[in-house]
Amino acid sequence: MKEKLVIVGNGMAGIKALEELLKQDPDKYDITVFGAEPHMNYNRIMLSPVLAREQSYEDIIINDQAWYDDNNITLYTSEKITDIDRLEKIVVSENGRELPYDILWLATGSNPFILPLPGKDLPGVITFRDMRDVEEMLAASETYHDAVVIGGGLLGLEAAHGLELNGMNVTVVHRADWLMERQLDESAGFLLKSKLEERGITVLTGADTKELLGKERVEAIRLADGTEIKADLVVMAVGIYPNTTLALQADLECGRGIKVDDKLQTSDSSIYAVGECVEHRGKTYGLVSPLYEMGRVLAMNMLGANNKYRGSVTFTKLKVSGIDVFSAGSFADGPEVEDVVFRDARQGVYKRLIVLDGKLIGAVLFGDVDEGPWYFQLIKDKDNIADLREYMIFGQSLAMGAETADPLVAVSALPDEAEICGCNGVCKSEIIKSINSNGLFTLEDVRSHTKASSSCGSCTGLVEQLLKLTLGDAFETSTVTPMCDCTDYTHEDVRHLILLKELKEIPHVMQELQWKTPNGCSKCRPALNYYLLCALPGDYIDDNQSRFVNERAHANIQKNGTYSVVPRMWGGLTNANQLRAIADVVEKFEIPTVKMTGGQRIDMLGVKKEDLPAVWKDLNDAGMVSGHAYGKALRTVKTCVGEEWCRFGTQASMSMGIDLEKLTWGSWMPHKFKMAVSGCPRNCAEATIKDFGLVAVESGWELYVGGNGGMKVRACDLLCKVETKEEVYEYCQAFIQLYREEAHYLERTAPWIERVGLQHVIDQIVDNPEERSELAEKFIYSQKLVQKDPWAERASGDIDAHEFKVLAKIG
Amino acid sequence: MSLDWITVGHIDEVPFLGSRVVRTDHEDIAVFKTANGSIFALIDKCPHKGGPLSQGMVHGNSVSCPLHNWNISLESGEVIGPDQGCTRTIPIEVRKGQIYIGLCKK
Repeated sequence: MKEKLVIVGNGMAGIKALEELLKQDPDKYDITVFGAEPHMNYNRIMLSPVLAREQSYEDIIINDQAWYDDNNITLYTSEKITDIDRLEKIVVSENGRELPYDILWLATGSNPFILPLPGKDLPGVITFRDMRDVEEMLAASETYHDAVVIGGGLLGLEAAHGLELNGMNVTVVHRADWLMERQLDESAGFLLKSKLEERGITVLTGADTKELLGKERVEAIRLADGTEIKADLVVMAVGIYPNTTLALQADLECGRGIKVDDKLQTSDSSIYAVGECVEHRGKTYGLVSPLYEMGRVLAMNMLGANNKYRGSVTFTKLKVSGIDVFSAGSFADGPEVEDVVFRDARQGVYKRLIVLDGKLIGAVLFGDVDEGPWYFQLIKDKDNIADLREYMIFGQSLAMGAETADPLVAVSALPDEAEICGCNGVCKSEIIKSINSNGLFTLEDVRSHTKASSSCGSCTGLVEQLLKLTLGDAFETSTVTPMCDCTDYTHEDVRHLILLKELKEIPHVMQELQWKTPNGCSKCRPALNYYLLCALPGDYIDDNQSRFVNERAHANIQKNGTYSVVPRMWGGLTNANQLRAIADVVEKFEIPTVKMTGGQRIDMLGVKKEDLPAVWKDLNDAGMVSGHAYGKALRTVKTCVGEEWCRFGTQASMSMGIDLEKLTWGSWMPHKFKMAVSGCPRNCAEATIKDFGLVAVESGWELYVGGNGGMKVRACDLLCKVETKEEVYEYCQAFIQLYREEAHYLERTAPWIERVGLQHVIDQIVDNPEERSELAEKFIYSQKLVQKDPWAERASGDIDAHEFKVLAKIG
Repeated sequence: MSLDWITVGHIDEVPFLGSRVVRTDHEDIAVFKTANGSIFALIDKCPHKGGPLSQGMVHGNSVSCPLHNWNISLESGEVIGPDQGCTRTIPIEVRKGQIYIGLCKK
């Protein structure tokens, strides 16, 4: 029998997670959904357009009854769950219905705050939270004249705007000194106020409501200073709080929200929570994109994956037509915080960028928000913005060179009939219409509804721009970055699914994961080959044709089609015998260039492909093996002479380097991997810009990780200090394995660590000895399978002989 | 224009999703085999910077150049996608497992 999954809450978060689950495995669970509202699952963030009469309720329904029927989901609307019996695993509804569950999701959302004022229960006093509130506002606007909105935040202003459009005389009463004080600074708040006042909305800031007056119905509000304002309708939009009533009753651990771990599990292992009701790492969320991120994580975990939700960076955009406000990140003041500000009083434009430690941490834009998505990306990426800083405030095109014009502007300027997707003949207006009428949020949604960008994928960017343009802050910019155009799955999804389904070869992966191209592309094939070898080192089937030519030929292709050959020199050491053999090879095969590499080895450049096996044979005979200088693999271990010779040396860096290279050579990685060992803090081996570096000190070794001396220089982070050689080995192996398992293919350790955070690496490697030894064990196991010299295997002609011979010579 | 059909080897000698080189006096010809066994031949030179297409990755009916990842159609020799250019195609036939390429009579 199928496991029973019960979902409490028929809102956006729970149902989004459910959609994700069904996409992966439509038959795994027997599913029941309880919704307290009488309505179908609708798009709550589109309530403002409904209030503004730009859309109807039908327009914003995400899933109708047919969807539940088609997916065999039992739906109970208008039926609140009032109790959970955790011992018996039963939920009880207000109608007395009892239903057993194996897994329970709480997606109870949030409740609007009601200010505890006299008169709060009078008819005509409402909140702005659900369809019923909107219906009541629309009805009131037909009979009544004066409306007061308490609260000048995002929701309050959207309500005020909607009521004003419906012909009401609207006053916004806001307690803080400026509007949207949590998202905007004072200057932007002031501009916003002026703009709203131009529209005929009265805005009172620093105004504290004390009382709601009226007999049969609300008639006015009274402020702390005694002012009275006429009001036939009062909308309280002073914030929301997670709905934890049910969770508290069931004795689940709650703070501000229902507490969950990174897997979104509550304190009861059968119960998960998702959405606005959740408190994760001390944070609660009230915007839509984090809910979706949680939904994806939850769905994958239901299928046995171990995905983690790590919190979200969010941004805010006001959905009031003609008033452009954007805010993202943090804008706190402080001594270390630097500001970049731009003002254009005549155009009513204000932009402020907040920089801390050379990184963009916040952006407030008013009047010109086109660059919002770019700033948001910079904030999320946490990249150093030194290069961009001077012109950053003027936008991406100026900061990064004139050729990258703002795509959002370009897309919004396109005419309705402009063809966006040439493969499937889909024009701009069709896509926008589908986004609006079907409540689409993601690229995949648009692809499945309109086919746009589902074929060659070259218009993916345009479709994303259209999503951004149409949805504003609802578009999930942060979540979906598929591995390549051949799939909608992310790198993480693919890796999890390989493990879950125990897929052993590339054609199998493509079949099971519904690849959109017959045999992938030059991006996904090498990635898949790597993910398979990392996941199932003993069982997977390597596909040579899915490796880049360098890994097939075990040499580096050069611009003229010849190859370069770099033998391994353990720890950067060599001897007369090796040097003599190299000299002989260079003469015998007329190799035009011999060069020292930066990693303390010798590079022979300009070798003809047909000569490679013979070159390798001669090098093998002198005891040399492949240096893997061509692979996404362990490259070199650079050393200084250390204690063995140097008068400052504190440890034997050369022999440590050799030991590490012997342990790790031959391993395939997401990208190239370089190590170095310095014998003292003078650091002559430059170990602090390597993927894994050691610096010797009197009492042991400092371990450094995540450095890079390439395109973007990044100094290592100090991982920890250890005393013995054995510890160095284990930490090194564990770190490499963690990198192998977590980094995306072609992601160096530096961006990987920036993505997952150093603390995560410390948690796994330093603070968790069991995890560390488990990782090291896995690495050791896979090393046993790969430590064979690929040159020797090919020099003998046993493997891939066709690779090095021409098919025929004619003429 | 008439062609000389010259046999260059057996179809099994070319790996699936791979390529082999036929060397002539003045240029190399790349012989490709796709996943479904279709055979194509192109001059072994990317229209971009002359990279050896025979060393690239084959996917669908196209090959990605190993130097800068341009995608070239095996059928037409034309560059696919944003870039532009064309590599000459060589007539090719398979008869009873033998691969024949067609070269212009001198």
